[in-house]
Amino acid sequence: MPMTLRVNGANHHLTLDPRTALLDALREHIGLVGTKKGCDHGQCGACTVLIDGERVLSCLTLAAQAQGLAVSTIEGLSSADKLHPMQQAFVDNDAFQCGYCTPGQIMSAVACVHEGRARNDDEIREYVSGNLCRCATYPNIVAAVRQAAPLMRGA
Amino acid sequence: MRPFSFTFATDTAAAVQAASQGAGSAGGAVQYLAGGTSLVDLMKLDVMRPAQLIDITRLAEPRLRAIELSPQGLFIGALATMRQVADHAGVRRDYPVVAESLQLAASQQLRNMARVGGNVLQRTRCAYFRDTSWPCNKREPGTGCSALEGENRWHAVLGASEQCIASYPGDWATALIALDATVHVMGTTGSRTMPFARLHTLPGRTPHIETTLAAGDLITGFTVPAGPHTRRSLYLKVRDRESYEFALASAAVAIELDGDTVRQVRIGLGGPVAVPWRAREAEVMLTGKSLTEASATAAARAAFAAAKPRQHNAFRIPLGQQTLVRALLQAHSMELAV
Repeated sequence: MPMTLRVNGANHHLTLDPRTALLDALREHIGLVGTKKGCDHGQCGACTVLIDGERVLSCLTLAAQAQGLAVSTIEGLSSADKLHPMQQAFVDNDAFQCGYCTPGQIMSAVACVHEGRARNDDEIREYVSGNLCRCATYPNIVAAVRQAAPLMRGA
Repeated sequence: MRPFSFTFATDTAAAVQAASQGAGSAGGAVQYLAGGTSLVDLMKLDVMRPAQLIDITRLAEPRLRAIELSPQGLFIGALATMRQVADHAGVRRDYPVVAESLQLAASQQLRNMARVGGNVLQRTRCAYFRDTSWPCNKREPGTGCSALEGENRWHAVLGASEQCIASYPGDWATALIALDATVHVMGTTGSRTMPFARLHTLPGRTPHIETTLAAGDLITGFTVPAGPHTRRSLYLKVRDRESYEFALASAAVAIELDGDTVRQVRIGLGGPVAVPWRAREAEVMLTGKSLTEASATAAARAAFAAAKPRQHNAFRIPLGQQTLVRALLQAHSMELAV
């Protein structure tokens, strides 16, 4: 079916099988491979993107469902060569090892701060619990969110 | 995934007419799609095989997304997201058990996607149901139940049958059944309202039939009646990990107290239950009595009196009882928001 997806502010006119998940549309058809496929069943959070500013799982979202909505991916987070405060905080705090879950972690963390749910470590842990990290960098992820939160509020 | 057609519904009545053409509700050829967190997952597993999806998220009626508090009670439209209800200040103040049951479910990503109407219809997490290589009476009637003698730590001790011991995984439904909610349904012959307790059906000999909904029926909202018990209410959920996990045991309780005496109490149980579960025996035992650890323990025993454990899930009976006792005592000592 023909459809238009708006990703990071740009329109993409595509003809997709209705079965195509938003995740696969992003990666295979638009070429934005920053968003990662982990479990593909809504259990790991690696595929987290924002739709109309809210974090969702792109593996359980059909591309067709995203028509007319604003999709934001990790590629749209920073402008030019300056990292988003959350990306910089992940680097500064060594908040990843293999890096596979990281784009999803960062998108989820950005939303967590926008939701006002990064006020203390317990709240951060609860509100990013939908993003699994098999390298178990969780303490560093919490530290990164804690570092980026005030910078994002100031931005 | 099998091929299907995809359309956006623009008119509720037209969507109901279109959906009624597909037979059955849970396994039907036409399915409503909202958040998709359960349906798309099960389609990827080939467990659900609809030929047509009708996306209802673009329906314009404001009432489908409403969250309204009135002296009569709380109305929640079916297309409100789990997060919108969980975050609603009025719901948190006047119906804390409702907000908490959603807050303690899933992850924020899933709570942003999933709508409360679809949430009550989420399917079991039984691993044999989700894996099409196994016999399963719920998925393929008459093939047998692999869980009876299989890996059944996650299965029901209350409400199960010899044909199916799958558990109902939801949290929000546990709060709804405790608070005597009603569910609003639009069908081919118009709108109707029924007690939420009549929505789900026990597995019995027909575990593939999970609800009393007919083909085309669309849940449009829920009403939770007001009462002096709703503010002293909470949802307690015990899990293998602290967050983002289904319940090993849970309790939704709401109490009206007169000093230490229970004027009225409502109890819903989640976790090892085949359907959203109301513990009326326990409510009767507590009503008019002083709420103490002893009376709560006796009530919790009564709540699980009919429990039938299997090889791997017997521990969930004492766990469920202790969860209920703790929930009742916590509700007793709750400080109510002014």
